[in-house]
Amino acid sequence: MAGRVYTADPSQERTAVPLESLVAVYHARSGMTHLLAPPASEILEALGQGPGDADAILARLEAQYEMTGSGFREAISARLEELEASGLVQAK
Amino acid sequence: MGFRIGSDWGQPIAVVERLYAGYPKPDDGIADFTVRLEAGRPWRRFVRPSVAIRGDFILPDAAPVTLAHGLLAAEMGMNLQMALGYRRHLLLHAASVERGGRAILMTGLSGAGKSTLAMLLGEVGWRLLGDEFALLDLESGLLHPFPRAISLKNEAIALARATNRLGPLLENTPRGNIRHLCPNRDAVARMDEPAKPVLILFPRFGHVEAVRPVGSAEVFMRLTQASTNYVALGRQGFDALTRLVTTVSAKAIDYANTAGGLALVERLSSEAQ
Repeated sequence: MAGRVYTADPSQERTAVPLESLVAVYHARSGMTHLLAPPASEILEALGQGPGDADAILARLEAQYEMTGSGFREAISARLEELEASGLVQAK
Repeated sequence: MGFRIGSDWGQPIAVVERLYAGYPKPDDGIADFTVRLEAGRPWRRFVRPSVAIRGDFILPDAAPVTLAHGLLAAEMGMNLQMALGYRRHLLLHAASVERGGRAILMTGLSGAGKSTLAMLLGEVGWRLLGDEFALLDLESGLLHPFPRAISLKNEAIALARATNRLGPLLENTPRGNIRHLCPNRDAVARMDEPAKPVLILFPRFGHVEAVRPVGSAEVFMRLTQASTNYVALGRQGFDALTRLVTTVSAKAIDYANTAGGLALVERLSSEAQ
């Protein structure tokens, strides 16, 4: 069963600057600055390919990163909820 | 940048004029900010004068102070006007000094010793850029001087050697005893000359000497908290601050006494790229 589908604003709405292991993101629409820890910034980047649910995001990340271990889907779902609360992504 | 200060009484104006006697007037004669020192209530002027801080922005909770502390009220008023109304630079609550075109930014909580360090450095060959606010140019990334009078508090007052540049002693203010020191002639004469930041310090007075590198993410967080107009500047503020923290190294320094603090700043300055 498909989960909630998330959408991010177009990439031109954001400016991201890596600061060591974190990424500072300026969100033009809200005027807010966020400091994101992995994998939140990677999830945001993956949403640049288009809307998707947690499974779709996991598939996009697996295609790009070497991911060994378990619990990724749960972690991605939790980070998506946090990104939604921050206003950086919207859920349908 | 110019300030116009008005008061219901002559005394605070006379003190401010004396402290800032060596400062140039605005080129066009037009002040950027206005600070008004007014009686809290019409009758207070005659009963027990207090000074409320007013200006282009009204702050309802600005604490009234007594007329004896009128200079403090004028300084607080100028700081508040800057903090709330300034949009030309990223404004950081920090002290800064320069030597040989290289500037050091020092920020931290009130009482961390940044004003004292800046004052002492300003008397031993460094140029004081500012004691209260550092002005980071949004385009060039340079620090612009803002050499206002240095607010020395309590024990730090005795460290000032240039007594001819000291203002009156303000006793028992909400922050204890305060005395203002006018920056030296070099700092005032070169107030149009910006400098490149090469080192960011987070000083802490009264601890065993220690130096800790501070990563760019932590510096970014701390400086957003130290800025009074970061949010208002939007993308410009983000760009200026991320550039600063990714190009300038930062250290948290603990020092036990002023001599040790000065030596530490000299050493870290020489090591900074």
